[in-house]
Amino acid sequence: MRRRSFPPLLWIPAGIGFALLVLPLVGLVVRAPWAQLPGLLTETAVAQALGLSLGTALVSTAVSLVLGVPLALVLARSSDWPTVPRRLVRALVTVPLVLPPVVGGVALLLLLGRRGLIGQWLPVTIPFTPAAVVIAQVFVAMPFLVLAVEGALKGVDGRYEVAAATLGASRFTVFRRVTLPLVAPGVAAGGLLCFTRSLGEFGATITFAGSFPGTTQTLPIATYLQLQTDPDAAIALSLVLMLVSVVVLVSLRDRWVPGVTA
Amino acid sequence: MRPLALLAVLALAGCTATPEPEPTDALSGTVTVFAAASLSGSFEEIKEAFIAENPDVDVVFSFGGSSGLATQLNEGAPADVFAAASPATMASVDDVSDAQVFATNVLEIAVPAGNTGGITGLDDFADPDKAIALCAVEVPCGAASAKLFEAEGITPSVDTYEQDVKAVLTKVELGEVDAGLVYVTDVREAGNGIEGIEVTSAPVDYPIVALTDSEAAVAFIAFVLSEKGRAILAAAGFGAP
Repeated sequence: MRRRSFPPLLWIPAGIGFALLVLPLVGLVVRAPWAQLPGLLTETAVAQALGLSLGTALVSTAVSLVLGVPLALVLARSSDWPTVPRRLVRALVTVPLVLPPVVGGVALLLLLGRRGLIGQWLPVTIPFTPAAVVIAQVFVAMPFLVLAVEGALKGVDGRYEVAAATLGASRFTVFRRVTLPLVAPGVAAGGLLCFTRSLGEFGATITFAGSFPGTTQTLPIATYLQLQTDPDAAIALSLVLMLVSVVVLVSLRDRWVPGVTA
Repeated sequence: MRPLALLAVLALAGCTATPEPEPTDALSGTVTVFAAASLSGSFEEIKEAFIAENPDVDVVFSFGGSSGLATQLNEGAPADVFAAASPATMASVDDVSDAQVFATNVLEIAVPAGNTGGITGLDDFADPDKAIALCAVEVPCGAASAKLFEAEGITPSVDTYEQDVKAVLTKVELGEVDAGLVYVTDVREAGNGIEGIEVTSAPVDYPIVALTDSEAAVAFIAFVLSEKGRAILAAAGFGAP
């Protein structure tokens, strides 16, 4: 393939943008107490927080896939809806992206807490459990997946689906065998974004799920608490979180998301 | 024209009679104060009273967890005054030696209005059936709580370790927990959603220090330590040092 032209002038803003995103991380790496790192990583509290973070982020991503892909399909097919409900639904799905996560956490408490709208009728208490961590992460991260999948769905050539339908495939079969494979790169990219966002979730989690070692204290929360007394340890913990995210993004992106890497 | 003439006459009369104090203490500029979150209510009041006496001075606050503020200061955050919720936090700020204690605070049990969990005292914190929130041990209120439970020989059955006092209060106010341990000043500030149950605990010292040699900053600290400042702090529930 021939290389496309690139206007040289654009290197300047692109470079500044890249520096803005990457230099703070360089600062983190330079200041990191590398000597402390091996000791910290083997500390049970850190391993516990990392394990909890990875586990809950995986479950959150799975939940987001199961619920978010159909939601994206609804949004993508909403072009024949009246304007107002269509725009309203899309805006509401996007709200968690712009809401300060702490506010999201309070909102979750008001709905699912012990005295919440729904929570007061439930036989179990949700806050302060790993389930609450997952709910908080889904609330904050699923919109990323929905938007990514919706964008992919809009780019799908509808004729494949029509052809499958005329050949006798049921509507669900069309979705499963034609639509879904066509948007697989979008689903994978959205899932990845959703996973990494869940991994870094802090505000909604500490507000809704609280912070208890091994149950609800994820790595970002442990990092924040460490920052209060031992900034060096906090930097080391952030490094762990950063490494995990980079490893996940680098290793999965090229393999599973060929359509999005460009 | 007549009022001006009258003023001139009065001024002249003043000169000849008792000399006015030199207006050297006409302070100006901006004082940036980093202060523990628990001071937010009373420091806003102190600011109003201070500005009423020094109209050319502006006071700007950054309230937050003391430990977080200390970290920001060590990373070069520009502040003229730092008021912390514990001497240990104050000591963690680089190049600070002459901090003065200006107030003290004691812990108190906070329960939701109506005390729905039937909490009577610290012993209930050990009951696994009660939902309990404490400050994380990394922040001053958590350290104070841990010390108190150790002294009382109670092992609390905790559901969540929060990042600061306000977060504990939120959980209590929303009724998500049956009780939390906070400062008496927080209970007083919280109002109707929260009830307090007194406990006996060692008072925690609140130190204050000037980080720059700005005259206005020194004057602000002097005002905090003055009778007027003390009265405002006392009304919020703080003890005298």
